[in-house]
Amino acid sequence: MTECFIYDAVRTPRGRGRAKDGGLADATPLHLASTVLRALPERGRFDSAVIDDVLLGCVEPVGEQGAHIGRLAALASGYDERVPGFQINRFCASGLEAVNTGAAKIKAGDADLVVAGGVESMSRVPMGASGGAWATDPAIAFPTHFVPQGVSADLIATMQGFSRQDVDAFAVESQRRASLAWAEGRFAKSIVPVKDILGVTMLAKDELVREGTSLASLGKLEPAFKVMGESYGFDAVALQRYPAVERIDHVHHAGNSSGIVDGAATVLLGNRAAGDRLGLRPRARVVTSCSLGSEPCIMLTGPSFASKRALERAGMKTGDIDLFEINEAFASVVMLFAREMGAPLDRVNVNGGAIAMGHPLGATGAMILGIVLDELERTDKSTALVTLCVGAGMGTATIIERV
Amino acid sequence: MSIIEYRVEDGVAVLSWDQKDRSLNVVDAGALASLDEAIRRAVADDSVKGIILTSGKKGSFVAGGDLAQIEAIGAGPIDAEDLLKKTSAVLDQLRRMETCGKPIVAALNGLALGGGYEIALACHRRILVDSRSAKVGLPEAGMGLMPGAGGTVRLPRLVGLTTAIQLILEGKQLTPDEALKKGLVDEVVAEDDLLPAAKRWLASGAKATQPWDEKGYKVPGGGVDDAKGAQVVMGSVAMVHASTYGNFPHAKAILSAIYEGMKLPVDRAGKVETRYFLSLLQGPVARNMLRTLFFGVQNANKGVRRPKDVPVFEIAKLGVVGAGLMGGGLAFVAAKVGLDVVLLDRDQATADKGKQYAEERLKKDLARGRTTEDKVARTLARIHPTTRYEDLAGCDVVVEAVFENREVKADVTRKVDAVTSDRTLFGTNTSGLPITGLAEASTRPASFLGMHFFSPVERMPLVEVIRGKQTSDEALAKTYDFIKRIGKTPIVVNDSRSFYTSRVFGTYITEGAELLKEGVLPASIENCGKMSGMPMPPLALSDEVGLALMHHATEQAKKDLGDAYEANAMAELVELLVARLDRQGKRNGKGFYDYGEGGTKTLWPGIREHYPVSAKQPAPREIIDRLLFTQCLETARCIEAGVITSPEDCDVGAILGWGFAAYTGGPCSFMDTYGLPAFVAACDALAARVGKRFSPPQLLRDMARDGKTFHAATAARLAGKHARPGGPRPVAPESTLIAIKSTAPRRRTRMK
Repeated sequence: MTECFIYDAVRTPRGRGRAKDGGLADATPLHLASTVLRALPERGRFDSAVIDDVLLGCVEPVGEQGAHIGRLAALASGYDERVPGFQINRFCASGLEAVNTGAAKIKAGDADLVVAGGVESMSRVPMGASGGAWATDPAIAFPTHFVPQGVSADLIATMQGFSRQDVDAFAVESQRRASLAWAEGRFAKSIVPVKDILGVTMLAKDELVREGTSLASLGKLEPAFKVMGESYGFDAVALQRYPAVERIDHVHHAGNSSGIVDGAATVLLGNRAAGDRLGLRPRARVVTSCSLGSEPCIMLTGPSFASKRALERAGMKTGDIDLFEINEAFASVVMLFAREMGAPLDRVNVNGGAIAMGHPLGATGAMILGIVLDELERTDKSTALVTLCVGAGMGTATIIERV
Repeated sequence: MSIIEYRVEDGVAVLSWDQKDRSLNVVDAGALASLDEAIRRAVADDSVKGIILTSGKKGSFVAGGDLAQIEAIGAGPIDAEDLLKKTSAVLDQLRRMETCGKPIVAALNGLALGGGYEIALACHRRILVDSRSAKVGLPEAGMGLMPGAGGTVRLPRLVGLTTAIQLILEGKQLTPDEALKKGLVDEVVAEDDLLPAAKRWLASGAKATQPWDEKGYKVPGGGVDDAKGAQVVMGSVAMVHASTYGNFPHAKAILSAIYEGMKLPVDRAGKVETRYFLSLLQGPVARNMLRTLFFGVQNANKGVRRPKDVPVFEIAKLGVVGAGLMGGGLAFVAAKVGLDVVLLDRDQATADKGKQYAEERLKKDLARGRTTEDKVARTLARIHPTTRYEDLAGCDVVVEAVFENREVKADVTRKVDAVTSDRTLFGTNTSGLPITGLAEASTRPASFLGMHFFSPVERMPLVEVIRGKQTSDEALAKTYDFIKRIGKTPIVVNDSRSFYTSRVFGTYITEGAELLKEGVLPASIENCGKMSGMPMPPLALSDEVGLALMHHATEQAKKDLGDAYEANAMAELVELLVARLDRQGKRNGKGFYDYGEGGTKTLWPGIREHYPVSAKQPAPREIIDRLLFTQCLETARCIEAGVITSPEDCDVGAILGWGFAAYTGGPCSFMDTYGLPAFVAACDALAARVGKRFSPPQLLRDMARDGKTFHAATAARLAGKHARPGGPRPVAPESTLIAIKSTAPRRRTRMK
């Protein structure tokens, strides 16, 4: 089987996902995607015509992100018209699934060079914009015990015994790590500032990071999913699925959950020959990847299952992984993952995560892959495992190794 | 003669619905054909400018669909394709009506429910009389059914998703005021103004178009695709799931029909509704609910099992001895229906207090506008509190509701005997003391029987009638008449300790204790109790009943039964909790739960020290099964022992008496639907695993072997194509509908 290498990875900074003051709200998703699509041929000094496919993850592919943002973004960024586009939706893991799918094409020998990534403008195409049957069609809501994600995250915390203090402490640490990483310029290598049509920088730094976040400041926040759970019946729906739980302790809020942001990211994947042709140095290889389904009501337990299966496929163990990068959808998700994997927290999200910097749904998977690759190089480590929890009960994981 | 009388007045065709052979009009094939013909005639008649649809019955329009017909369909094998065609024809007819080109106004002269209101919805305007008995709405959900003639299609389009979903799910019947406010009718008028109002509307340029057929029509408040509408649907789905535990397919079917149908044109949406409606007839829940909650209750109320040759017992005066909660409640109920009540207790203050019970409740009714001051005064004037037994002279019926103590009851019996005659019916209200023993104190044991009322009497519909060894047929017949007179529903059982309801109900509470003793997580027991469809989980219920009371009862049973007493987990638990830890239940704020401020409660964690949590926990399904099976088995044992003879009474008594899971139709319906061979096998497996209390009685084994069922209709159905091999589950939560839709044999549902 052909090896698939990562040659480059870039991302926009993440802007607050709010139309009135978000740093990237005045950039269309097409503009965000174009920014990171253009960056790859520019940085690698090659003609876009050599790219076999563009795979973009997007979770709300409607409105400005609709009618196939994969192809449209490729065209908008000036790629050769022969480069096709492909839009992928694996909910929150879409960006990573794009990478995995691109890698699979290369490993199978059906492509030599692929651009994979994702985009999401949450300020312009809000969460839920694409609708969907899950919450509203009894045919699926009843048998799967649909509850909003936050209730699922609170259920995980309850079942694991994570207190409000525990999850807040995790969030404080995420903020501390992200602030430090930015202060030390650890992200500089891969951040592509978003510029407007005049060439003026719109945003060059993750906007959401709150330096100095403390337990005291987070303690003031009201639980975000208590009303949904208790007044709208969702807690009761979840307990019918998990009757051993007496009641759900609502511990999550805006400060210990992933932030709503805008952003885009791309990864350049290729086989050895393509890199050689273009004079590119491979940075890492994609060892293996895995996506799988898990119980949809608790919804967010997939990462450890997907990761364990990926490790098994690679013939590796938790101890063989130097760095873990898991999307911080909710604090309890990461804490559960670390517990299930036996991964020490000082090797998990060492530069902070989405609680501090935000989670632009379709783009995050590709972003955190790039972040952990930079960190492997900075600290001269070898292996990393990237994973995300996925809506409706799924998990996606990818293992990479520096070469 | 046609069911719909047709006449033309002032250029208006008046269609008057009147089924001469019935007291109320119902929607059936004949009426629909007649309606269709009348509409065609009016449309064809050029002199007719508008159409009024009304009824020839005084005070009612059309009461709904013909439930007997629906039950008959449900009882036999279902030919879905044929039924789909037939029901679709009804929808097509209503669609033709609303698009016929001439304005149609429904002049609703009273009750317009179910199918009757659905026909009104297919008219262009609805005018309702302002009368106390006038009610409109779609009450099908109360019987485990759903509207089947366009109700889920037109109501949301008329009044919006929020209102429609709520009304249809609750099966709410609205008064004229409410109906006008919520938009179910366009106008409410005085009775004599009904036809004039309809004519006025027709004369004032009435439109022959439904709002949903107008260009640019939007669903009021937003459709399912609208963000707001989607929120409403999401919230409804969650609330229905939360509150029904997935046990009621009709609730889910109503939501599905609306969700799927709202995006379609009216006629196609109707077909979606039909599919779901028929799926309910295919499944066991609606059939079982209909059998017990409608026909079973109706039969009991009619007294189909009343001894026939006894003339009707005229009752004018009731004596109640013991003016406590039960006595006061009974006095209230009886006075309300016009009986004179002598309410006796040992001292005047207590007797007066018993009357106060009625006063307080009537005051509340008055505040809510449910009664008038005049009526309150008349009701209260009928209750005569006293301490003198002589005042009971002339009573047709005397009910004794004193403390559950043999000596006290015997004393009362003797005193009542002394002042009453052979004609007097004597009822003793007890929840468990054997009647034949109590009757020994009476000089007239033939007219002595047990009347087990449930508290609060004014709300609980059931009376468990206990026939003693010497109770005569005449006394039993008189009891039926008395219970009918006070508007309650009787079931009749034979004498034995705890009779039927208390005995079976006790097994539910006991099983909760058994589970706890085995080390099952208390939260699992309680959540599964809720999921089983019982109104309250077993441990919370135990606290509510009172652990101290239960402790007292076990002590009494030990004394009474001597060597025959069998210890159970609950006896052991209450001994620990009450005698050793002073946890008496809700009353002292400590029981299986700790009770906090403002009605909050949390499971008492200390129980783990006494009954450690077991490492291996049973699947939720098994806990649910155990909680229901134990009650079904005890019911079967009662039948086997001759405590109760009618399966219909078993089912009615279980649901009305202690709130047995209504979606099952009662324990006998549950066992029938489960399939007796499968039920026996499942119980044998449980008996081997958890205890011999799950060993099925010989009666069940014999019935299973002989292919018998408790209800005859089930047998007929099983003989048809819906016989389900391999231990089918009758009441699979959530998956019921899916199972029905697939053609594969139903599988046992597993809860992960």
